[in-house]
Amino acid sequence: MEMDPVLMSRLLTALTLGFHIIFATLGVGVPLMICIAEFIGIRKNDPHYLLLARRWARGFVITVAIGVVTGTAIGLQLSLLWPNFMQIAGHVISLPLFMEVFAFFFEAIFLGIYLYTWDRFKNPYVHWALSIPVVIGGALSAFFITTVNAFMNTPEGFFLGEEGVAAINPIEAMFNPATPTKVFHVLASSYLTVAAILAAIAAFHLLRQKRKKTSAEGASVYHKKGLKLTVSIMFVFSLLTALAGDVSAKFLAEHQPEKLAAAEWHFETEENADLILFGWLNADNEPVGVLRFPGLLSFLAHGDFNSEVIGLEEFPEEVTPPLWVHYMFDLMVTIGMFLVGVSLLYLLFIKIKSVNEHNKWMLWLLVLSGPLAMLAIEFGWIYAEEGRQPWILRGVMTVEEAATSSPHVGLMFLLFLALYAVLGTICIIVLRKLFRNNPAEEELEKKYPTIETGDK
Amino acid sequence: MGYEIIGITVLWLFLYGYLIVASVDFGAGFFAYYAKVTKKDHIINQLISRYLSPVWEVTNVFFVFFFVGIVGFFPDSAYYYGTALLVPGSIAIILLAIRGSFYAFENYGSKQSNVYMFLYGATGLLIPASLSTALTMSEGGFIVEENGQVSLQYMELLTSPYSWSVVFLAIVSVLFISASFLTFYAARANDTEALKLVRKYALFWGMPTIVMALTTFIALGQHNERHYENMMDLWWMFGLSVGFFMIAMWLLYIGKHYGLAFISVMLQFFFAFFGYGISHLPYILDPYINIFEHATHESMGIALIIAFIAGLFLLIPSLILLMKLFLFDADYVKGKK
Repeated sequence: MEMDPVLMSRLLTALTLGFHIIFATLGVGVPLMICIAEFIGIRKNDPHYLLLARRWARGFVITVAIGVVTGTAIGLQLSLLWPNFMQIAGHVISLPLFMEVFAFFFEAIFLGIYLYTWDRFKNPYVHWALSIPVVIGGALSAFFITTVNAFMNTPEGFFLGEEGVAAINPIEAMFNPATPTKVFHVLASSYLTVAAILAAIAAFHLLRQKRKKTSAEGASVYHKKGLKLTVSIMFVFSLLTALAGDVSAKFLAEHQPEKLAAAEWHFETEENADLILFGWLNADNEPVGVLRFPGLLSFLAHGDFNSEVIGLEEFPEEVTPPLWVHYMFDLMVTIGMFLVGVSLLYLLFIKIKSVNEHNKWMLWLLVLSGPLAMLAIEFGWIYAEEGRQPWILRGVMTVEEAATSSPHVGLMFLLFLALYAVLGTICIIVLRKLFRNNPAEEELEKKYPTIETGDK
Repeated sequence: MGYEIIGITVLWLFLYGYLIVASVDFGAGFFAYYAKVTKKDHIINQLISRYLSPVWEVTNVFFVFFFVGIVGFFPDSAYYYGTALLVPGSIAIILLAIRGSFYAFENYGSKQSNVYMFLYGATGLLIPASLSTALTMSEGGFIVEENGQVSLQYMELLTSPYSWSVVFLAIVSVLFISASFLTFYAARANDTEALKLVRKYALFWGMPTIVMALTTFIALGQHNERHYENMMDLWWMFGLSVGFFMIAMWLLYIGKHYGLAFISVMLQFFFAFFGYGISHLPYILDPYINIFEHATHESMGIALIIAFIAGLFLLIPSLILLMKLFLFDADYVKGKK
C-alpha cells in the first residue's frame, strides 16, 4: 500500500512535535522554578526549598533527555520530510535555527555543571548562579525557534522570484510581525504550565497524605510550601498568558484574519462581531448551540466593541483553514481562564483565614490544573499550526509543494510512533520509581537530620 | 577568503569535534557492555559513567550544530540529502534517541539492567556505522536525480567496497579513540586496574584502525578518482596523521604520558579528517552540490558567520569551565566529589 507522502509527512511531523512540545515546555519552565526555589532556600536558609529544587532537578534530567532526543529528531525531520521547504526557506531561517542550537549548547553545558556540582562550592550562591544560564538558555532557544515558526506565519525579509530566493534580510525575517506576540505567548504559557504541573504534584501528595492520614508532618510542610510557591508563580503567569493571548488575537486580526475567523466561525465581515464558544455547525454551516458573547470578538480583535472583523467569506475557499480549529481555540482559552480562576481562588483562601486553602476540593482543582495546562499547550499549537493551512509559508508555499516525494514516510511514521510510545512509557515508569522509592520525608531526614519535623 | 570557505571550515571543525567526543561516548558504551559480559564491569563502569554523565548532552549538540549549519549554509543539501536519506536518517535518529534517553534513564532513574546495557553498547557501534553512510554518499554515485525525483541507490550502496570500508573504519576508529581517552582518564584517576584494562583495548584497536584507513584510501581511489588525486596532492597531511598515530601507539606501549598519547590520537584524526575534507572540495555532494554555486546568499552567510563568532565567545569559556570541573579536576576524576 502506497500512502500519500504529503499526508504522512504531516502526520509524522505532528506526532514528533506533539510529543516534543511536552518536554520542550518542561525544558523551558522547570529551570526557572528550580532557580527560584533554590534562591529562596538559600536566602531563608530553608531546607524545604532546597529540597524542592533538588527533587525537581532530578526529575528534570529524565525529561530533558527526551526533550533532547525528540528535538534532534524534529531538527533532522525538517530536512528529511520537507526538503523542498528547507531548500527555499533554509536561505532565510537558518540564522535563528543556528542560534537556537547555540542557546541549547549553552544550556546543555550549564545544566551538566549545575546537576553535578551540588555541595561542591563553599558559597551556596555560586551553585545557584549556575542555574541562571540554564534558565536563559532555555528561554533563548524558545525565542529563536519561535521566530522560525513566526516566520512561517508571516514570511518577510526575502523576495521569491523565478530564480529562487533573493534579497534576504535575516534580521527582518527573524523579527517578522508574528514574532513578538508568539514569543510572549510561548514563554508565558510554558512557565504557567510548568508551575501548574509542579503545583499539581504537590497537591496530589497532600491529598494522598490526607487519605492515608499519615503523620509525616515534615513532608506535609514541604509539599505545602511547594504548593504555595508554585501556585503564586502560576497566578502571575496565568495573567501574563491571558494578556499574551489577547495581544495575539489582535495580531491575528490584523495580519492573519483568516486564522482568527476560522477559530471563531466568523463567516461574514461585520462590525460588533460576537465571540462564540463551543457549539457545532449545522448543514448550512451556521453555528448552533453556542455560547454567544455579543461584540466580544470585535473587542478581542481591535480593542473596540464596534470595530469591524474580517470574515472567512473574504478568502477563496482553497486557502482557508479547516473549521474544526474552533474547538482547539475554545479549549485553549477555556483552560487558560480556568487556570487564572483556580490560582486566584487558592491565593484568596490563603488570605481569608476562615477557609482552609488545603481543603479537598481546592486540592483536586489544583491536581486537575497540571494536565489541563499541558493539554492547553497542545490545543494551542494545533490551533496555531492547523490555522495556517494550507500554507507552510503563508501566501508563499503550500504544504503540498514542500513535502518529500519519498514513498517510505508511512513506514517511518510507524517506527517513530513505536519509539515515542516506548520513550513515553519508560519516562513515566522511571519518574515514578525515582520518586516512589525515595519519598520527600525520607530524603528530608537523611539530608537534613537537624530539621525538626513539623517545623512551621 | 569567501564566506563559503569560512562556513565549510567551521562546519568541518564541528564535525571533527563531534567525531572526537562522540567516539569517546560511543566506544565507552561498547566497552561498558563488553566489560559486563566478561564480568569486568566493576573495574571500569564507574570511571565511564563519571566522565560521561555531565557531557552526554554536549556531545549531542555538536551533531545538531553540524546538520543545522550545513542546511543553513548550503540549503540545497536539505533537498538532496533530505530526500535521499529519509530512511537511513530516520534510523539514525531512532538509534540516537534510544541511546540518549536510555542513558539518562539508566544513570539517574533505575538500577542497571542488562537490556539497557546491551542497547547502550549496540547503538554505540550502529550509530557511527549509520552516520558514516552520509559521508560515503557525499562521494557521489549513490544519490541519483532523475526527472526531479531524488533517490538513493540502495543496491549500489550495499555492494560498494568503499561504503563497507568506511563503515568498518568508523567502528574501529571509535573504539580506538575511546580506549585511548579512557586510558588517559583512568591514569588521571590513579585507577591502575581500570588503566590496565583500557590500555589493552587501546593497543588492540590501534592496528585495525590504521589498516582500515589504508583500505578505505584504496577503495576511494576506485570509487572517485578526482577525490583520490586531490588526496595524493595533500600527501603530507596524511603523512603527519600516520606520524601522530605512531607517536600515540609508542606512548601507549611504553605506558607513559597518556595525556600526550590522547592528544596525538586527536592530531592523527585531525590531519586525516581535514586532509579528507579539503580534498573533497569544492563538492559537498559530488556532483550536485558545490560550495561555490550552492551556498546561501551572502547576507545570510555573513549573518551566520557573525553568529558563529558570537556563539564561540559564549561557548569556549563555558566548555573550558566544564572541562575544568569534570575533566581536569583531579578530585572529581578520582571520585571524591
